[in-house]
Amino acid sequence: MIEAVGLTKRYGDKTAVYNLSFQVRPGAVTGFLGPNGSGKSTTMRMILGLDNPTSGTVTIGGYPYRKLPNAARQVGALLDAKAVHGGRHARNHLLSLAQLSGIPARRVDEVLGVVGLQDVARKRSKGFSLGMGQRLGIAAALLGDPQVLLFDEPVNGLDPEGILWVRNLMKSLAAEGRTVFVSSHLMSEMAVTADHLIVIGRGQLLSDMSVTDFISANSADFARVRTPHTEPQLREKLASALTEAGGHVLPEQDGALRVTGLALPRISDIAHESDVRLWELSPHQASLEEAYMRMTQGAVDYRSTIDQKAGLQQQLAPGAQPPMPVPGQGQPGWYAPPPPQHPGYAPPQQPVQAPPGASYGAYGAPGAPAPAPGPNGANPYAQAPAQAPAQPAPASPPAPAPVAAPAEPAPAAPAAPAPDAAPTKSEDAR
Amino acid sequence: MAATQVIRSEWTKIRSVASTVWTLSLAVMVTIALGMLISALSRNEFDNMSRDDRLSFDPTFISFAGMSLGQLAMIVFGVLVVSNEYSTGMIRTSLAAVPQRGTFLFSKIAVATGLALAVGLATSFVTFFLGQAMLGSHRASIGDTGVLRAVIGGGLYMTLIAVFSMGVATMLRSPMLSLGILMPFFFLISNILGNVSATKKIGRYLPDQAGSKIMQVVTPIDDDTPYGPWGGFAIMALWALAALAGGYLLLKKRDA
Repeated sequence: MIEAVGLTKRYGDKTAVYNLSFQVRPGAVTGFLGPNGSGKSTTMRMILGLDNPTSGTVTIGGYPYRKLPNAARQVGALLDAKAVHGGRHARNHLLSLAQLSGIPARRVDEVLGVVGLQDVARKRSKGFSLGMGQRLGIAAALLGDPQVLLFDEPVNGLDPEGILWVRNLMKSLAAEGRTVFVSSHLMSEMAVTADHLIVIGRGQLLSDMSVTDFISANSADFARVRTPHTEPQLREKLASALTEAGGHVLPEQDGALRVTGLALPRISDIAHESDVRLWELSPHQASLEEAYMRMTQGAVDYRSTIDQKAGLQQQLAPGAQPPMPVPGQGQPGWYAPPPPQHPGYAPPQQPVQAPPGASYGAYGAPGAPAPAPGPNGANPYAQAPAQAPAQPAPASPPAPAPVAAPAEPAPAAPAAPAPDAAPTKSEDAR
Repeated sequence: MAATQVIRSEWTKIRSVASTVWTLSLAVMVTIALGMLISALSRNEFDNMSRDDRLSFDPTFISFAGMSLGQLAMIVFGVLVVSNEYSTGMIRTSLAAVPQRGTFLFSKIAVATGLALAVGLATSFVTFFLGQAMLGSHRASIGDTGVLRAVIGGGLYMTLIAVFSMGVATMLRSPMLSLGILMPFFFLISNILGNVSATKKIGRYLPDQAGSKIMQVVTPIDDDTPYGPWGGFAIMALWALAALAGGYLLLKKRDA
């Protein structure tokens, strides 16, 4: 059992971890998630007594790590796969760690077999790949057969077979009643490995709950509804009907509608009552990845910007098409909407929630081309609708092609005020 | 955690890296070779020396002339033993395994010191006998007064140089920084301070100058050094202890 109470760490005037309190219980894999620089490794180092907390405490089994009797037999840790002397053989590296806690040399050969490094046991670890280094680090963590295991980004650099192996290893260690604490920035990996999730951003606790709770609390179930492309007015009609019935409607990039708050049969009934044909009505669940990205997007420290390539780009030949930009690159990410009435989030101020008649026009007046070229540029998902040639709806494919087609998408993108940014901003402001 | 376990582990660490073998064998070879060379040259020059120089001719000390270069390899050994841990990041693995940082540091230093002492004493004796062989008729015998003390002192001197370097490296962590400070210090600054008359009084309290006193058997004629061989050695030991204490205090309180 690892217990942190009010853990805070400052480096100069930078606060790496602030007032973090959590418990890591035995018998489960606890995932420790956060964007780069959110304080995961700092927290791990404080747990292991390598860094002293500025305030607060963290204990393992009731002891601060530096007071723990025979720590190497109780706690195994993989912090940094490359933190080995490159000139030393893998076996000697493990042997020196084993001798620290009186573990016989036989055990070294055992763990080398467990991690699959027996063939390179007498090779210098300098020549190891990142994946081999990770395996060596995991071997070191397993040496003392400890009850508490900490892994910092264990799957970095591993091949798919290795990832699967680590995943199963964590689960089996937890099934034996051990405490397993794994940090990662890969939500998808944690979703299949962990039982419990602790999410931090900018050094503060964002969430501490079981994976199942995390999914139900953060991933909104939604229905995707698609009306015939040939009759855009049906889309508007259905959207207002659904909103009146208490549903929450969000348009998607390809013209479909994302509906939350209404059961599928009810949506079908409403469509029937409004005399709207449906081309698609399908149940969906926002992925855990999306939920995690939405949760941490306000806490991301390092975000990419568009590569302007100023002065590097060749002049385009007259009439040549600029390369198609990849949607989402360098823009504020678009994630699944937060679940309705979720306490942690401000309700999204989508125009859809305003009186339907007034606002819906923003998404396409009856008879207008599919990606509505509203002069206000209110369609949040068309990157530069104002510049898009007015394409007749039937011709526009459902794929995001019309979105990507306009020239100069990069400068245009910030110009179009995206109402979608509202939930993001409110989260930032929190 | 028993210190013997940590010591055994540190022994595995120190014997399993190539830098140990390289630095120590370099120290041995340079000390012996240079000692023999200067001994041979001194024998040829003896007849041309002034009367004072002949009177204060110290065959034991002459044979240890190679130490001035050999100690540099010892410094590298001491620095690398400690700063290897930092430059590779191994320190985090080590301290996670041995949270008692004092036990960790002093076990490491004990192992490295033991090794340096063994190598230093062997070097010292070999250097002495080969140097005396080169000196021919001017040689000293191991049974002469003070000679055995000087020869053992030569081994102790090399050991303390390594220990001092370990302490400095623990404080500074970076091998480049440690070597960049220690090498010029021992090779240049200490020599300059000790030879310029204005700074001589300060220079002789520096670790290498004080420590090398123990290798002298014949005192130079106009020598006014206020300490004897063991006094000088004690001064050097204090330097080493201070470096270790500084390293320990820093290691104890700072983040790894």
